[in-house]
This record gives sequence, C-alpha cells and structure tokens, in this order.
Amino acid sequence: MPTAMNTKMATIMGMTIMLELDFMRSAFMAAAAVALIAGPVGYFLVLRGQTFAGHALAHVGFTGATGAVLLGLPPLAGLMALTVVAGLGMGLFGARLANRDIAIGMVLALSLGFGLLFLHYFKSSATQASALLFGNILAITAQTLSVLVVISALCLALLLAISRPLLLASLQPDLAEAKGVSLAGLSTLFMVVVALATAATSQIVGVLLVFALMVGPGATALRLSTSVMAGLFVAAGLALVEAWAGLALAYFTDWPVSFWITALAVAFYATSAVLARRPGHG
Amino acid sequence: MTVVAMDRVSLALAGRTILASVSLSIGTGDFIGLLGANGAGKTTLLRAILGMVPVTGGSLTVFGQPPRRGHAAIGYMPQGRANLPETRLKGWDYVAATVQGQRIGLPLYGAALRKKVDAALGLVEAQALARRPLAELSGGERQRLLLAQALVDEPKLLLLDEPLLNLDPGQQRRVVALVKHLHEELRVPVVFSSHELNPLLGAISRVLYLGHGEAAIGAVDDVITGPVLSRLYNAPIEVHRVGTRIFVMSGNVEVERDAHRHEHEDGHHHGHDHHA
Repeated sequence: MPTAMNTKMATIMGMTIMLELDFMRSAFMAAAAVALIAGPVGYFLVLRGQTFAGHALAHVGFTGATGAVLLGLPPLAGLMALTVVAGLGMGLFGARLANRDIAIGMVLALSLGFGLLFLHYFKSSATQASALLFGNILAITAQTLSVLVVISALCLALLLAISRPLLLASLQPDLAEAKGVSLAGLSTLFMVVVALATAATSQIVGVLLVFALMVGPGATALRLSTSVMAGLFVAAGLALVEAWAGLALAYFTDWPVSFWITALAVAFYATSAVLARRPGHG
Repeated sequence: MTVVAMDRVSLALAGRTILASVSLSIGTGDFIGLLGANGAGKTTLLRAILGMVPVTGGSLTVFGQPPRRGHAAIGYMPQGRANLPETRLKGWDYVAATVQGQRIGLPLYGAALRKKVDAALGLVEAQALARRPLAELSGGERQRLLLAQALVDEPKLLLLDEPLLNLDPGQQRRVVALVKHLHEELRVPVVFSSHELNPLLGAISRVLYLGHGEAAIGAVDDVITGPVLSRLYNAPIEVHRVGTRIFVMSGNVEVERDAHRHEHEDGHHHGHDHHA
C-alpha cells in the first residue's frame, strides 16, 4: 500500500530531522535526566502522602527564580536555593506540618504572589514569566543541560542510598524509630532530594506543572507494581516515556511540550485507575 | 530469668508524668496483659523498653542492659495505623521492608532474608495473605502481617501494642489464640497491650494494669479487684464477674467499653494514646 508506506517514510524522515536539530537533542537529553529522578521521587512522595508538599516546593521555587532575576543572578540558582531551604524547613518541621494543608497552601499562594511582585519590579517580559511557570524545555542551553544532569545524578544517588530506610519509615514510622532510624533526619534528607528534583523538573514543565511529571508517574507506578523496586523502575520509565513522547508530539503538532506531558501523565494515571478498579484485579 | 527489670522507674512525656516510681520484673515465661485507660501510658511503657522514651527516674534494664533502640532480640508490633495510598504493593513486600529496613541502600532482599520472611509468615499462617496486595487486606489481616514482621529476627521478647484494636470478637479470639500459641511454641515472653481484659483471659499469665502514674502487676484475681482498680482509676470501681467474664464498672459505666468507644470516635488519630 503506497500511501501507508509514504506516511511511514514521512514519519521516519520527520523523526530523523527532529533528532538532527540541536535544540531538540538537548531537550531530549534534559527530559531524560529529569524524568529518571522525577519518577522515583514521585513514587516516594505518594507513598508518604507528601504530594502537596512537593507541589508547594515548586511554587516556592518560582519566588526564588524571579528573585534571582531581580538580583541579576541565574533563575535556576535562585530556584534551587529557595526550594532547598524550603525543603529543609519542611523536613525539620515535618511532624508539625503534617496534615497542615492550609498552612502549606498559604505559603504556596504567598510564593506565587512574591514571584509576581519580583517580576513586576523587574518589568520582565511575559515570555520569561511564562517560561518559569509552564516551562521552556526547547530553549534549554548546554550549560543548563549539564547542571540538570549533575543534579539528577546527585539526587538519584542520594535517593537510592536512603531508599531502604525511607521505605520502612514511610510504611511504619513507629517501627523505623524503634529500629534506630532517625525519622527527622531521614525526612529532612528526603525533602532536600525532593527540592532539588523539583527545581530540575520545573526546568522541563515549569513550576506550575511539576506535579504532573513527578507525582503522575509515581502514583501510576504505585498502582501498577507489586514490589518496591519494580515500582521505582516503572515510575522512572513512565516519566521518561511521558517526557519524550511529549517532546515528539509537541514537535509534530506545534502544541506546547508541557501540555503534552501533562496530558500524557493524566492519561496514564487515569488508565491505571481504571485497570485497578477492574473486577478481580483491584 | 528476668527479661525486663524496672526499679522505681518514672516516665514522663512532654513534662507530664506517665509513670511514677514503678517497680516490676518480666520473666522468660511471662505472657503479660498490659491494660489501662487511654493515656494511661501503655504505649509509653512499651516505647521505654524499646529505648524510644527516656527514663526520667529509677532504673530500667532489658536483658540486663539499659534499653537501646534497634535491639534485635525485641520483636515489636506497633499500633496499626493504616495510612496507605492506593497501591498494589504485596503483603510480602510489606513484611520484607521492615526486616533490617534501617540499613542504608536499596530495598533488595537476598535469599537468606527471603527465607526468614517466609518462615515468619508461616508462623502466623499468613503465606496466602502475603501474596495479596496490601490495600485489599482488612485491618485484622494487616495485623497478622505486622505480627509476622515482629517474629522475623527470632525475638527473645515480644512487645505487641494493641493488636486487638478495631477487630471484631472472632478476629480478637483468633489473634489471642495465635499469640498464645507463639508464646508457648517459641518460648518467648510477651507483653500484650489491650483496652479489653476479657479477650485475654485464659491466655495471659499475669496482668499489668496502669493508671494515674501507678501500676499493679500480678495474677488477674489479685489485680482486677475493686480496691486495686479504684486506686488506679482514682475513682470508685466495682468488679463484677459473670461466668468467666469480668466487667469493670465505674458507677454504671463499663470502663473498658467506654475506652473502646472513645477509640472508635477517634478512629483517624489512634496516635493520641501513642503520644500520651
């Protein structure tokens, strides 16, 4: 069938051209680096019931990024600095902050408010604000790419090193404490990992949509996998598929990358929810 | 042989005295029913033996040494607090995660550990349960898994915190019979905290009753009496026996039943006894 053949050829040619573009290659590499840490971090956030805290960290990052711009510093530096400080705070006061949705929500709103104020003073362009809020992965520089790879590797190493005690502390905090685990120390360490991963993820999908690429794959993986190691792999794999497929779809449709990534994350999550409800399966 | 020795021990939590100058000893043959109202300090006492709560006065020794966290010879089953997300994580993985879960690294389980987990699941007859997703299990079934977890390292002392909480009478009977069987089969001393005395009658060797900073330990007939409990509750208490059952009454209110109802109202925060 010649038409089908031609479509196939066209697709392959389109893919080849896409991967020859420097900015697309950078985007694919950045997406991979970030996805491999966002998925596993999201898995633990869902397991620990801390997804809202992760969401709030991203918003705090917005204040950091806009504040840095105001001071003439790189936005990513400000973003990372403030998410890590907020992560440390959440870790240290974690027990007292537990179930404080309103307090976290207020901090989250205030962060966006401050971000807006800083942008107002900087007379920043709408493009810059939009890039921070919704991501601009296609404009990623070689320098940012290398920073993302380093952050991701660091986060992944730290998360895997603490994953065993973190699992116990998430499932049975009393037991973990009895076995000598420092709950406060572990929770603080984990929140620092979350903060760094959030900063990295916001470079791909923006601070407002971090939830989709981090929590989406984690929640989906928890519903699909019966063991923890499998769950961590599925979460990383799903995040990678969503990020790469989002990039490719954006290339071919000219719709925003972040739209496609969030749409895919929600689609995967919804599918897993339907699968889990199937009789005899859930 | 003495496993736990307390000599004029005082315990406090956030400045509030929980136990004041309590002396007692728990031996290798003991199966102790730990009773008392909410906030009487049942969980705090267990946590002190585990080294999680500092002793504010007197001397407490466990296996002849001061208590320390992470003692491999103590099997501990905390109060079941189910806050699990929707997950297909299996019961087996839940038990495995608790075994040497304090160690740094990945949650990977070698052949030796797998064998230990399977053996512990066998002891509580939960092999079939362990193949099912955790989210599908009832409270009682999860408690069986928690009990298996406490048995993995072949403990020389079992501390069980409210294993009967939120179980129906049939499940309660099965849990008590199972623990009694383990106590006899493995020759392991047990401290079993509970709101209710009746399900434990016939299984326990002694009762340890806490109230208002004081404690009474001894045979059921010596401790569950009007004068002793009136002192512990700081209120006039009458004890009525109907057949093999014992009813502890304050005026016309049944003390245990009241405690239990209170627990249900607070279903989402069983933590409060744990902090008090």
